[in-house]
Amino acid sequence: MMKCTQATQLLSEKLDRPLSNKEKMNLGIHTAMCPACRQFGKQMLSLRDISQRYVKQSDREEKDGNA
Amino acid sequence: MTQALSRSDKQPSGQLFHNNEFMNDLRLQMLKFAILQVRNEALAEDAVQDAMLSAYQNIDRFNRQAALKTWVFAILKNKLIDILRKEKRYTNASILEEGASLNDEALIDHLFTENGHWQKDERPQKWDEPVHSVESKHFWRIFDTCLEALPAKYSRLFMMREFLELDTNEICDNEEVTVSNLNTTLFRARLRLRECLEDNWFQGENNT
Repeated sequence: MMKCTQATQLLSEKLDRPLSNKEKMNLGIHTAMCPACRQFGKQMLSLRDISQRYVKQSDREEKDGNA
Repeated sequence: MTQALSRSDKQPSGQLFHNNEFMNDLRLQMLKFAILQVRNEALAEDAVQDAMLSAYQNIDRFNRQAALKTWVFAILKNKLIDILRKEKRYTNASILEEGASLNDEALIDHLFTENGHWQKDERPQKWDEPVHSVESKHFWRIFDTCLEALPAKYSRLFMMREFLELDTNEICDNEEVTVSNLNTTLFRARLRLRECLEDNWFQGENNT
């Protein structure tokens, strides 16, 4: 079975490229049995979400000069 | 009021230019990137200002947002490199990055057991929905710090992907890295950011 080290890398790469069917299957089997990696996958999505907020949010606060 | 309106009507006629939201978002994305690259807000502002100005001047050339963005980014990047060179920081960057892969090994050893499973204490915790807890100044300060703690190359590639939303080919061409190198670097950057946020924000929150 896939190790957590490999699963976490795929959970990150999933955000950057489409996974192959084989990768998807192996990752699916792994995360079905590994709550820690499931959580890691959610955190990867959160990181993306947080980054997008970060870019938009902080300037609205700092410079709303032309309101 | 009417004066302001008619003035804006006189601006160049490219459709993109009238998309204020797009242009504003673009400016903000570039600014965040620039500040974290040069670590000096005033210099970053100037560089972004210049890059945006040349975008306005050449707006008619672009009919796709992606093309405009690529172009602005290319200009900005050169300006940032100039700034870093002037401050003699650019040459140091590669030296700093040498140490990064060693730290990666150490982090992976710290997080995972020898046979590649999570260490019991390091298993990812549930993060609170970013909705309320994340929308605070304190959180953004921690996020800033965590980003700054990344090796320069990591944060640059991470920001190109997540802040500027550039696609893989574009990043690889710009930075002269291979696709697999990019993917691995992004993984390591996320692994570190995640660890940093969990240690300094999410876990602290749960424990107190």
